[in-house]
Amino acid sequence: MSAAAVFFYAFAALAVAGGLGMVLNVRNTVAGAMSLVLTMVALGGVYVLLEAYLVGVLQILVYAGAIVVLFLFVVMLLNLRGEAFGPERQGFAKVLGVAVVAVLLAEFVWLLPGAFGAPATPPEGFGGYRAVGLALFTDWLLAFEVTSLLLLAAMVGAVVLAKRSIE
Amino acid sequence: MAVPLEHVIALSGLLFAIGAAGALARRNLIVILMSIELMLNAVNLALVGFSRQWGDVAGQIFVLMVIVVAAAEVTVGLGIVIALFRNRETVDVEDASLLRW
Repeated sequence: MSAAAVFFYAFAALAVAGGLGMVLNVRNTVAGAMSLVLTMVALGGVYVLLEAYLVGVLQILVYAGAIVVLFLFVVMLLNLRGEAFGPERQGFAKVLGVAVVAVLLAEFVWLLPGAFGAPATPPEGFGGYRAVGLALFTDWLLAFEVTSLLLLAAMVGAVVLAKRSIE
Repeated sequence: MAVPLEHVIALSGLLFAIGAAGALARRNLIVILMSIELMLNAVNLALVGFSRQWGDVAGQIFVLMVIVVAAAEVTVGLGIVIALFRNRETVDVEDASLLRW
């Protein structure tokens, strides 16, 4: 097994552990957010192993650096306590959650083995800032510009929602 | 590529399943938003894996778009959480069922 494969499985185990830690931790929301950071950083490592270097850097900067910090700010701001929550959601939703997981797992076990051929040889500089930037600002320029509108709408929406009163 | 694509997609599916279970089973609105982030990350992982498999950088462009959508979603979602907490003193989804039926 190559060193890259060892790193992939280590990062995969960390990501799954972080995800489980976030979902199963019913006492402490801050600890859940820190588990999410673990998952994000591990996924950044997996992206680098898959030769998506720029996406790996952005994953750590944007997710682990900005989005989770936003979650932590809100948790601190609301000053939530563990006792504030009653028993976890019962009945239908729990059964549905377990059923979704079971169906997905069965599909993967059934469909995945041998589904894909050998990977293509990527072009020179694949996944670096130059290749991604060229594609982003030529082929996907319209989509890139539309995301700026989406961010503006989200910013206005967040300010309006969180503002105490609107004159 | 260090590992077969099947293993990348399996990891992606596992993370998506964990996120889906969390979003469906938890009551804390903030944890539900974090579970949705986990599901979006699982989709990103699948896109990066397919991008590497076929040597096409377009998959990574999609990942950037998903990151932007996730940032927008979490901003508005947390704004709603703060507004809900200000009015109801709770972040429990069972107490925010005014529009349910």
